[in-house]
Amino acid sequence: MATRTIAGKTVEVNEEGFLINPNDWTKEIAVELAKEEGIPELTEAHWKVIEFCRKDAGATGKAPTLRRITTAAGVSTKDMFALFPKGPAKKVARISGLGKPEGCV
Amino acid sequence: MKKLLILGAGTAGTMVANKLSHLLDLEEWKITLVDQDATHYYQPGFLFIPFGMYSRSDVVKPKRDFVPHGAELILSSIAEIDAEGNRVHLADGRVLSYDFLIIATGADIHPEQTPGLAEHEWGRSIHTFYSFEGALALFKHLQTWRGGRLVVNVVENPIKCPVAPLEFLMLADWFFHEKGIRDRVELIYATPLPGAFTKPIASKLLSGLLEEKNIRVEPEFMLEHVDPDAKKLVSYDEREVEYDLLVSVPLNMGAEVIGKSGLGDELNFIPVDKHTFLSPKYSNLFVLGDAAAVPTSKAGSVAHFAVDLFGENFVRHTEGLEMQPLFDGHANCFIESGFGKGLLIDFNYDTEPLPGRYPLPGVGPFTLLQESEANHWGKLMFRWMYWNLLLKGQELPLPARMSMAGKRMPATA
Ligand SMILES: Cc1cc2nc3c(=O)[nH]c(=O)nc-3n(C[C@H](O)[C@H](O)[C@H](O)COP(=O)(O)OP(=O)(O)OC[C@H]3O[C@@H](n4cnc5c(N)ncnc54)[C@H](O)[C@@H]3O)c2cc1C
Repeated sequence: MATRTIAGKTVEVNEEGFLINPNDWTKEIAVELAKEEGIPELTEAHWKVIEFCRKDAGATGKAPTLRRITTAAGVSTKDMFALFPKGPAKKVARISGLGKPEGCV
Repeated sequence: MKKLLILGAGTAGTMVANKLSHLLDLEEWKITLVDQDATHYYQPGFLFIPFGMYSRSDVVKPKRDFVPHGAELILSSIAEIDAEGNRVHLADGRVLSYDFLIIATGADIHPEQTPGLAEHEWGRSIHTFYSFEGALALFKHLQTWRGGRLVVNVVENPIKCPVAPLEFLMLADWFFHEKGIRDRVELIYATPLPGAFTKPIASKLLSGLLEEKNIRVEPEFMLEHVDPDAKKLVSYDEREVEYDLLVSVPLNMGAEVIGKSGLGDELNFIPVDKHTFLSPKYSNLFVLGDAAAVPTSKAGSVAHFAVDLFGENFVRHTEGLEMQPLFDGHANCFIESGFGKGLLIDFNYDTEPLPGRYPLPGVGPFTLLQESEANHWGKLMFRWMYWNLLLKGQELPLPARMSMAGKRMPATA
């Protein structure tokens, strides 16, 4: 386990760069992590998904899978790929300060 | 009499019925199994059918042969589970009440969920080996196929036995080699994962193996639709992969009745405690096997270890004692790699597959994450063990919880 400073805050991260503690997360951290994921700016549509993921993870204790997001947040898979290109569920989980989604074991 | 009702008499349902028939006093307990299908399928054998290594008779047996003495098997489709009322409605109109319920209705493929997949080319240029009929049809097709571009695609995870698509590709490499047409066949693996497998060390080693065998991986490919006339796959991010023969692993979902009864998640898998299989909502409801939404592989070996640890834990629960967090997500999967060889992976919730020896440190006979002939024989022996030991709930000389003995961390992970 390593620590790093993101947007002025020192946080613990795992080998793949996911925050260990979701409570460390701030909106400023999200902006920085998004840049690392190749998303220069977070729009309202991005925030809607991020907020859903934060809330859902708060209730279930784990990051939602892509299918969970598309069925429960009402965002189409196509839009998810446009917002968070390549692995959308994994990207949004990292930006939202959550662990990696468990969809693939 | 206390009533234990088990829904689904597949791998997990049959194993747990046998296990509990030994642990419970059958003077006090009535065990009932329900399944819609009289035939038990050895699903791991579906992989070998397309290549003519197994035939029909290797993978089917009557379910009745595996029902323990004193238990009853009802053949009917399950229409609805009323967990509030402790009742199950069967399609034939019967209503069964229970004191304890174990759901083991598994997972099945849903090609109709992907546009273009199960339409007029299904069974022609589009095949699957994830069902009995599919595997038989693909066997026929491969007999006369003259070569071209063969694409294996996983639509979405989780799937049963996540290594089976890789095994199919490596066996195909061998099969076409034997037929003398390997130079006319292109082998491609289009997967939603970033690499060959879900966990980093195994993914790296398996990628190397695929490369050696000239099997190309198209990673992070999330299929949006199939164009059956143009013979191409189109992903959500608008990448296209053309094929001559598509071997699909369609979307895997839990049984429809789970969704209908309001018990499942988006894919009709049921959330349960990942160490005890107890429902967080109903204190007399458990889910075993592929039907459970737990973060381990959907595999028969997993179901076996799970049932092994579940048996006594269930008895504790019925005696009013607290269940112990016993199950660690242990999975143990042979991976056929063609040319009479195979690999083996052994892992759990916390430890990814590592190289080494299994089950005896330094000795084996099986090699972890490394090709060997012993592993191939292990895989073939698994069928005998499945029919003769596993289903009957007999103990294997292997610990149910994962052990670190014999495993090592590679220097550069
Ligand atoms: C191609 C392939 C290769 C595989 N290879 C391996 C391998 O190498 N090693 C390994 O360990 N595992 C492997 N597996 C996975 C393994 O077969 C499954 O994980 C295992 O069978 C799961 O057992 P289960 O009891 O949960 O489900 P199943 O064995 O599928 O049983 C579910 C049962 O529920 C019944 N059912 C469902 N819905 C209803 C309903 N509404 N009414 C009545 N009955 C119903 C079904 O008829 C079925 O009998 C493979 C699977 C496939 C498809």
